[in-house]
Amino acid sequence: MAQKQGKRDQCFEQLLLGKTVESVGWLKPLRAEALNLARAMNFPSNRNDDWRFTDLSALYLHDFHPVVSFAKLTKAEIKEYVISGAIRLVFVDGSYCAELSDPANTHEGVTVASLLERLGDPLVEGHFGKHAPYKQDAFVALNTNFFEDGAWVHVAKEVAAPIHLLHVSTRREVASAIYPRNMVVMEPTSRAMVVEEYVGLDDGIYFSNAVTEVVLKEQARLQHVRVQREEKNAFHIGHCSVEAGKDSAYAATSLAFGARVSRHTLHVTQQGEGAEMQLDGLALVAGRQIADTHTVVNHAVPRGKSCQLHKCIADGSAHAVFSGKVIVQEGAVGTDSTQSSRNLLLSDKAHIDTQPQLEIFNDDVSCKHGATIGQIDEDALFFLKSRGLTEERARNLLTHAFAAEIIVKIPVSSLVETLGKTILERINEVRK
Amino acid sequence: MLEVRNLRAEVGGVEILKGVDLTVRTGEVHAIMGVNGSGKSTFSKVLAGHPDYHVTGGSATFEGKDLFSLEPEERARAGLFLAFQYPVEIPGVSNSSLLRLAYNTLQTGRGQEELDPLEFEDLVHQKIKVVEMDPSFLGRSVNEGFSGGEKKRNEILQMAVLEPKLAILDETDSGLDIDALRIVANGVNSLLTPNNAVVMVTHYQRLLNYIVPDYVHVMDGGRIVRTGGKELALELEARGYDWLRAVA
Repeated sequence: MAQKQGKRDQCFEQLLLGKTVESVGWLKPLRAEALNLARAMNFPSNRNDDWRFTDLSALYLHDFHPVVSFAKLTKAEIKEYVISGAIRLVFVDGSYCAELSDPANTHEGVTVASLLERLGDPLVEGHFGKHAPYKQDAFVALNTNFFEDGAWVHVAKEVAAPIHLLHVSTRREVASAIYPRNMVVMEPTSRAMVVEEYVGLDDGIYFSNAVTEVVLKEQARLQHVRVQREEKNAFHIGHCSVEAGKDSAYAATSLAFGARVSRHTLHVTQQGEGAEMQLDGLALVAGRQIADTHTVVNHAVPRGKSCQLHKCIADGSAHAVFSGKVIVQEGAVGTDSTQSSRNLLLSDKAHIDTQPQLEIFNDDVSCKHGATIGQIDEDALFFLKSRGLTEERARNLLTHAFAAEIIVKIPVSSLVETLGKTILERINEVRK
Repeated sequence: MLEVRNLRAEVGGVEILKGVDLTVRTGEVHAIMGVNGSGKSTFSKVLAGHPDYHVTGGSATFEGKDLFSLEPEERARAGLFLAFQYPVEIPGVSNSSLLRLAYNTLQTGRGQEELDPLEFEDLVHQKIKVVEMDPSFLGRSVNEGFSGGEKKRNEILQMAVLEPKLAILDETDSGLDIDALRIVANGVNSLLTPNNAVVMVTHYQRLLNYIVPDYVHVMDGGRIVRTGGKELALELEARGYDWLRAVA
């Protein structure tokens, strides 16, 4: 126990030793404050209710070092992730890479740029760090101090092209700590789609600690796709805070496929009346992977709608966790909320924990939630075999179909196609 | 084509089939009739290889192969087809992709070229006319939200695409209204050739007005107790099953 504790402390200490990123003006005291707060914290222990299902001990085995010199990648190396026609920002190990990016110079009403380049913009100063809880969450605090650069997305109109924020981590000599950061501000009546994606190259070992802040003003609509397909020995802890204004619409699809251990925390707060939130999620894990998804939907004002569907698929001896909390505050009358957690266990050693939680503080609400855990349907399997499909093919098809319900709703067909391939690869890897 | 000898089978430790004999030759249409619990649906599931049913005795030879040594998918590739009594819904798998996957799997098994999506679309649009289905059903998930009749038509569409040597229709007529029954029967009739065969498993004589059998078998207590021509079905309709049970 003491030894375990020691490793955890040592790993955290090592992260605190990270590189000081020079910054100007308002950001400097914010970074300093975040570092001081982080120093007083540690990794969350499993006595912390929000983390009790998630075993981070594999993370503690490594010392993660700051990235001091950045790799140069070629277009060919990221080709498979490129979404054609998209506005694109590429970050390599946390640092902005202008050569691989295609920012929105030609699109009216939208700014997509490196955060560091926009620090002088009062809008950036007004929003940055105001939404993600760096005072309570050690990972957010670490990111707020150590982030190298990030994405700034400001949308004032309707943007048809998807905005792709691609964070690539490379294989390095030593395990590295990487701090991706994203900030999305949607002005009133604006519309956009953001694809926030995390990928790794060459089977690197790294710790990607990402923070995203999203603000939707009145009647803004955002489709937010989050794709986590990190390398299999990597670690990924992500936090996303969303504030939804009056009559805004926020639709999220969060996908977790990669990493040895991953966690995604999504906090959505309904700040204006009549906001609608659609939260879809899919975690697909195998081998010894752990994937944890924690969501909190906070209905703070009247007439909010939230609809959530989360799926976990676990094979091998993997562990998937879903915790979905829906809070309906006293004043949030007329709230309409549904939550569904559906889970597929593909092996006897795999493990899924699902924990829907409702906290309702007024009577005028409609809230439904449910959770199921099942295995591959034997009747469907026999049917497919009777049509000539091998057992393996039939199982893959049914697993893929279970996952497909989440990804087919993404309105970028090329992305749906590559995600479909990723799913099949993950399924097949396990069966080998 | 199919030779079943003294077949015995059980499900959940209970013996259902107690020595079934049946011979089916190419170009023939057979009907197996019987009351609920007589073993006729068990017989069709055993032939297709359902994992819940265990063969405890006897043999079945299909196209010269020992049927029970083959996995369900190998039986399908050998040309055996079961139209399900209760077709399963498969959300997330489109009808057209299932049909193409199954078709190409069988093509590969036959040592023939697979069809690409465009070529297959041409084929399936021809075949769908057989069951008078709207092509919009191809894009929908397999049987999801289909009515009972649509599900049965979808089974026959699969038969039309896969062109089996021997099709076993397990209560394909149950739950169909008269229009759907006519469509399904016309579909099956149009697929009959001198080189294939059909075994219909049914409770009612009604279907046999549309698909005329060469042989009618009556199953009772896990055995075939009487075999005759199509007139046997009419006799059953008039007299019920009891007179045969008394004989058996």
